[in-house]
Amino acid sequence: MIKVTIDDVEVEVAEGTTILNAARMIGGDVVPPAMCYYSKLPDTGGKCRTCLVEVAAGSTKDPRPMPKLVVSCSTPVQDGMVVKNKTSQRVHENRGAVVEFLLINHPLDCPVCDQAGECHLQDLGFEHGAEKTRYEEERRTFDPIDIGNKIKLHMNRCILCYRCVAVANQLTDKRVHGVLHRGEHAEISTYIESAVENDFSGNMIDVCPVGALTDKTFRFKSRVWFLKPMEAECECTKCSGKVVVWQFGNEIYRVTGRKDRYGEVEDQDGKPGWICNDCRFDKKDLSKWNIIGPRTIDRHSVISQGKYEGPRTSIKKVK
Amino acid sequence: MQSLSNRKKVVSDKPMTFVEKLYLPAIAGGMWITFKHLFRKNNTLKYPEEQRVFAPVYRGMHVLKRDEEGRENCTACGLCAVACPAEAITMEAAERVKGEEGLYREEKYAATYDINMLRCIFCGLCEEACPKEAIFLTDRIVPSEFERDEFLYGKDQLVEPMNARIDVTKRQHTGQRGKK
Repeated sequence: MIKVTIDDVEVEVAEGTTILNAARMIGGDVVPPAMCYYSKLPDTGGKCRTCLVEVAAGSTKDPRPMPKLVVSCSTPVQDGMVVKNKTSQRVHENRGAVVEFLLINHPLDCPVCDQAGECHLQDLGFEHGAEKTRYEEERRTFDPIDIGNKIKLHMNRCILCYRCVAVANQLTDKRVHGVLHRGEHAEISTYIESAVENDFSGNMIDVCPVGALTDKTFRFKSRVWFLKPMEAECECTKCSGKVVVWQFGNEIYRVTGRKDRYGEVEDQDGKPGWICNDCRFDKKDLSKWNIIGPRTIDRHSVISQGKYEGPRTSIKKVK
Repeated sequence: MQSLSNRKKVVSDKPMTFVEKLYLPAIAGGMWITFKHLFRKNNTLKYPEEQRVFAPVYRGMHVLKRDEEGRENCTACGLCAVACPAEAITMEAAERVKGEEGLYREEKYAATYDINMLRCIFCGLCEEACPKEAIFLTDRIVPSEFERDEFLYGKDQLVEPMNARIDVTKRQHTGQRGKK
């Protein structure tokens, strides 16, 4: 076990832990945001640079600060390391610059996008984004590609985090989509228009931090903040069957995996709770689900609007 | 305790004098006030022949604007419905199909858009929330009706007609408030 200090909070972690995961052990405000890193998917991270932190002291042996900001998702901690995230002005400025870069080609179509309300780029833009873009050139656009009748790909919104590629590599047996071309021209696509059809391909929607991959069966049906997220389960031979159903009245509008506060799917029975396409796209009938109860949602999320029950855990009985 | 506002009046219930018990001076005083009002300027107007000039910030009946080419601005993003404290707004979105590009500005549009004018409190928060400059509160008055369901205004009453465009330029700078 080694000791690190993140934003003046000391924590003991196992050797080889990344700074980001050490910060997540502390939780709360000190956790840097991450757009591309996904703890349930190995080989993700290091691409988006939003999780930059300042290392004020490298280790006890060599307490010199690291000259540049480092990506916390793929930098392992060292004994005696002092990390600054919220307390560093440099980190704030640089993260703002990274967000500006991410938004260079991202269209401003949140009113149309189905991801709005649960979009990580929207949260980042709200926190760090400038009011106006300084970019004068045309935004990069792509011709729409059809990747099947269940998943909608909006390439214009993609920030190239490669999470969906990792899902396809690690959850499915045959990957048919990937990133074509390079640099400015890079795009997620299927080579020679083939449909993405696999039992677990729908998890691409859950891992996408922006609205590039969205559910076609939910497309433009409603906005997420009008729906009521309920924890539900069913008997499923392919997956754990533990999901969140998004209800409007007695109708199920969409089904997603159970995501934690970092937007990552929660562990179910010791395994990541990926859900299969049958559960996600085809079971839109209330009789097929066993509804457990309302899903706890962060009070500051727009999804919690109109849902009047307060955070139950924070209420303490007066004796 | 010392009064902070200096408006405190101490109630007394001392018995009335003989003159007060007659009530005649009080009645005459009341009549005098009524008489004075005969020569005052009228505060009311003879609506609808006469109409008051509205302030530019007056918030009356809503309009769903079209752009210069006549395409509907609203994309059914739902922000007005979230902002609405009276929950007066409901809508359903639909996807624009090929051939409708002249009708709707974006790929999503409001297939139905209803405002319940009985619920609406004309606070203008929908207008402030709208990211597409689609909904505005105008200086028109919501007419009175006999049936309650006639106050459920749909798109046919809310979207501005192409041959009778509604000028909202006076209100279009409201988003600039707070900016220097």
